[in-house]
Amino acid sequence: MTKSTRETDQFTGTETTGHEWDGIKELDTPMPRWWLIVFYICIIWSVGYWYVYPAWPTLSGEGERGGTVGSEGWTQYSQLAESQAEIMARRATYQHDFDASSFEQIKTNEELYAFGLAGGKSAFGDNCATCHGTGGAGAPGYPNLNDDDWLWGGKLDDIYTTLRFGVRSDHDETRYSEMPAFVDMLQANEIEAIAEHVVAIASGSTSTDAAATLYADNCASCHGDTLRGLRDFGAPDLADSLWLYSGSKDEIAAQIRKPKHGMMPAWEGRLSPSTIRQLTLYVHSLGGGEE
Amino acid sequence: MSDLSAPNKLFAKSPRIFPKRVWGRFRQIKWVAMVVLLGIYYLAPFLRWDRGEFAPDQAILIDMAHQRAYFFFIEIWPQEVFYLTGILVLAALALFFATSLFGRVWCGYACPQTVWTDLFVWVERIVQGDRAKRLKLYNAPWSLEKIWKTLLTHILWIFIGMMTGGAWVFYFNDAPTLLEQIIHFDVPWSVLGWIVALTGSTYVMAGFARDQVCKYMCPYARFQSAMFDKNTLIIGYDQERGEKRGKKKKDESWEGRGHCVDCTACVQVCPMGIDIREGLQMDCIACGLCIDACDNVMDKLELPRNLIRYDTPLQQESRKAGEPEETKLLRPRTVYYAIFLTAVAALMLYGLISRSDTELHILRDRNPLFVQLSDGTIRNGYDLKILNKSHEDKRFRLTVVGVEGAQIRVQGVGNVSVDALPVYADSIGHFRLFVTAPKPVDKRADIEFHIAPLEGGDSTDYDGVFVSGK
Repeated sequence: MTKSTRETDQFTGTETTGHEWDGIKELDTPMPRWWLIVFYICIIWSVGYWYVYPAWPTLSGEGERGGTVGSEGWTQYSQLAESQAEIMARRATYQHDFDASSFEQIKTNEELYAFGLAGGKSAFGDNCATCHGTGGAGAPGYPNLNDDDWLWGGKLDDIYTTLRFGVRSDHDETRYSEMPAFVDMLQANEIEAIAEHVVAIASGSTSTDAAATLYADNCASCHGDTLRGLRDFGAPDLADSLWLYSGSKDEIAAQIRKPKHGMMPAWEGRLSPSTIRQLTLYVHSLGGGEE
Repeated sequence: MSDLSAPNKLFAKSPRIFPKRVWGRFRQIKWVAMVVLLGIYYLAPFLRWDRGEFAPDQAILIDMAHQRAYFFFIEIWPQEVFYLTGILVLAALALFFATSLFGRVWCGYACPQTVWTDLFVWVERIVQGDRAKRLKLYNAPWSLEKIWKTLLTHILWIFIGMMTGGAWVFYFNDAPTLLEQIIHFDVPWSVLGWIVALTGSTYVMAGFARDQVCKYMCPYARFQSAMFDKNTLIIGYDQERGEKRGKKKKDESWEGRGHCVDCTACVQVCPMGIDIREGLQMDCIACGLCIDACDNVMDKLELPRNLIRYDTPLQQESRKAGEPEETKLLRPRTVYYAIFLTAVAALMLYGLISRSDTELHILRDRNPLFVQLSDGTIRNGYDLKILNKSHEDKRFRLTVVGVEGAQIRVQGVGNVSVDALPVYADSIGHFRLFVTAPKPVDKRADIEFHIAPLEGGDSTDYDGVFVSGK
């Protein structure tokens, strides 16, 4: 490395740094005084900053999250906790009234109802949307919560019970139903005939007496003579135009042979009673809620 | 390649201007204009205007907290901010129109910068004396006298600044209430912040920046030459009559010399620090003070007035050529501006007269797009917002047209019915609406929502879509 040569520029009278590129030399102009003063002020400022705010990580992990503690004890975590506490305090006034009121009372109180729906909407997004979709529109096998077709009932109390205990969940009081697999009990052509019968009735036409008899012997005990289902058993209405899986004849036949059974977890114990009540109001408000 | 060792100067310090006191017609007009304009500024917030019990009774009020602006009979909601644009367009056109007719009449008499600077100079003169004394004091070394006079001037300036900022906040709050708060030193931080900011800006703009604002900051000063033509009123010095200028000895005859005695009265009174005898220049704000100064001198010399006068370039030319002078007010330029002005004003007036006090906004659900019900019918969900801009509580009847067999239902607290949707005075009602109908032929059928207030008033429509397939 060549020794850098500092020389004085003849035009400006300033020293050069000694660096040279293609004959172009770099001036070593001194910094303006105001700039230096600002720089020193920043250094002094930073010392004060270290004192007031948590600044340096410590090996011992002293202080909150393993760093020095500021003079005021302020951290982003304490700030977060503070603002959360503030929100909780603001919410508490509604929360108390909400918990002390029945669904009927809430439904007539504008503020509490709005409070319930807002909480329910957010809890729905966190817990329910995975299966039922963010808009509650469901998917094959996962019921659409917007429509008026309810397997276990669409009144507030019905929805509340379903939410608390789940469907085919591990809770003792779970809603439970199980359709037998008819593959071992009926002949293939019999299953076909029943599927045809269901499609025919659902679309408003008629089918054969033999199929009707097969249906009456094997299915009517749960799904009813008129195919309208029975909510006590969670037996779906087969005569309406909505299907949990599909309304095609093949799919219905497959369901008769070896039924698929969906499952919904019990939310009691996982969510607070208050949140479950909020969810109940929200689901009920989606449009299919029954009075 | 001049002296390279000299430090580069990025700016030149502009000399301070010490305008001399003057009497006369235009000074009179300026005083009257100042009193009237400042009077309007300070008193307007205290005007009352009865709007009923649900709205403030301040005639001019911009209510940020409740998102409303009031101007006498006009009430503006945030989404109607285009009225404000309209007012600004109107103001700009009025300015252009006035400029094309009378030149920089706004700059000389009505611009806040001019009015406040005038006021500050007046304070300066009361405390420190007229031009000569002020100049002397300015150039004198620091003394007790200089200190107290300067201090008093600045204290008074800051006081005026505080009054300016103090009046400004009245336009954004109920003035009598706020006045009481200010008297008790109990004002909100936001108000205090504005008072401080406007005190500072008034102090700096009228105390220090002054003519610099017109020369370097004001965009209008720069582009108004576009509105100038040969018939525009400007301040003119009659060169034919004035030159050749020079000091006049007592017994000297006027023959063979100009009427300008080079007393520099016109220069000394100029708030912009220019010499009008050099001809029309951008710095001239056309305030007419030099006319007053020159007229006073001409009166003393028993010569006719108007050596400096309001003039037009065309008149100057005619005079030079010895032709009769005439001023044409009716020019394409003035006619165009007048037409635009009238058109915008008419448009605004129409907008305000036909302004509906009911507005309807509807947002259709997108998730899910539509819901099929067990009987095969289709349901769409909508978020409904009804704006009741009147000052009374109202109920609205909602109907839909366009989709056969459509049933409507509102989801909400208690027993809200589509026949009577309640919306409080001067507020927005928010409702969840379900429309259920047998599946229409079109996957996206047009549907029209219609609301009519039961209590009377404007009804309105909203064109929406009813979706039944993807």
